Amino acid sequence: MAKPKIATTSLAGCFGCHMSLLDIDDRILKLIELVDFDKSPIDDIKEFTGRCTVGLIEGGCANEENVKVLQDFRRHCDILISVGDCAINGGIPALRNTIPIKECLEEAYLNGPTVHNPSGKIPGDPEIPLMLDRVYPCHEVVKIDYHLPGCPPPADTIWEALVALLSDKPIELPYELVKYD
Amino acid sequence: MSATIDFIIDDKEIQGRPGQTILEAAQQNGIYIPRLCYREGLVPHGSCRICTVLVNGRPQSACTQPIAPGMIVENDTEKMNGLRRNIIDMLFVEGNHFCMFCEKSGNCELQALAYRLGITAPKYPYMFPKRDVDATHPDIFIDRNRCILCGRCVRASRDVDGKHIFEFVGRGPHKRVEVNAEANLADTDISMTDEAVEACPVGALLKKRVGYAVPIGQRLYDHKPIGSDIESGVAPASSR
Repeated sequence: MAKPKIATTSLAGCFGCHMSLLDIDDRILKLIELVDFDKSPIDDIKEFTGRCTVGLIEGGCANEENVKVLQDFRRHCDILISVGDCAINGGIPALRNTIPIKECLEEAYLNGPTVHNPSGKIPGDPEIPLMLDRVYPCHEVVKIDYHLPGCPPPADTIWEALVALLSDKPIELPYELVKYD
Repeated sequence: MSATIDFIIDDKEIQGRPGQTILEAAQQNGIYIPRLCYREGLVPHGSCRICTVLVNGRPQSACTQPIAPGMIVENDTEKMNGLRRNIIDMLFVEGNHFCMFCEKSGNCELQALAYRLGITAPKYPYMFPKRDVDATHPDIFIDRNRCILCGRCVRASRDVDGKHIFEFVGRGPHKRVEVNAEANLADTDISMTDEAVEACPVGALLKKRVGYAVPIGQRLYDHKPIGSDIESGVAPASSR
């Protein structure tokens, strides 16, 4: 029987949650025995090659590309997990949510004290994904099956959750493994 | 009137004294009833509804309801904890609670209750309201993004400090804590040693320059859920 497949991505995140996944240390060798990685920055596979058992989502949705990737994950993954505070509540990028998007862009490209932008324009190339009006938590865009909070979630939290899922057991994390910071 | 009152919490027979609230009598018997706007030493407010229990089938706030002989109280049940989870969820989405960089994280009662009740993500959509920060005072600041309107600072300043520094202003979603001064916190006579500053359960009213002093792993709720001290009998029994 083929090994179950895992896909991972970082949307509007800092890759800290992926670092935490790598922080499972030598258990990563055991993980490779248990699963194959599909689309993920870990193996640099850019597009899904087939159906995946588990999708790990780091980061919330700050632009239209984030939304497309997230929807793509929902289509391809049986179980989708929000990993970390950005995926769950927008996290640090969501600090802009109380400021209108126009003001954010003007501060970044026109008015900020360190801005050097001779064109005097806000970048509008169609190649650049359009920013959303605010940063959205993943579960406000697609259905998310599990949430692993933390900034980042401890390596043990990710490990315990994955092992439980892969062995068809309920995710029952001890008190110390569910923290918001 | 007899010196003790017998009643039942979650099938356990409890003895309390006349005049005690359900919350106080439960605490004295090693039973933790989750609470947020209640703080020992302050007049109970009964506003956060976290301590809601069923008394003979009717919802009552345990911090304000006096005990009575023979009453049957339901506290630690899936139904009541589910309702409590809903309240905590709502508090999280209607403010801006960035736990990942908050100085209060690990010592925050709102966060600790979410941990205890096993919340991994709120079920309601986030509102991301625009709230003000008042950092005018040299030693203390107000971050209204984190305020849950429990009124503990209002009561502590009024009843313990005798200063009347804080008061609620506005109604509904516009309700907020304001200071009783010309303009800002700096214009009040609040001091670092005021009970009002200690009373805040979240990171809305904090002292400056002491953030992150306690490392992760040594904070109040890092290892044991909020209420564990009461359940293990370590906490001093509420006798006020």
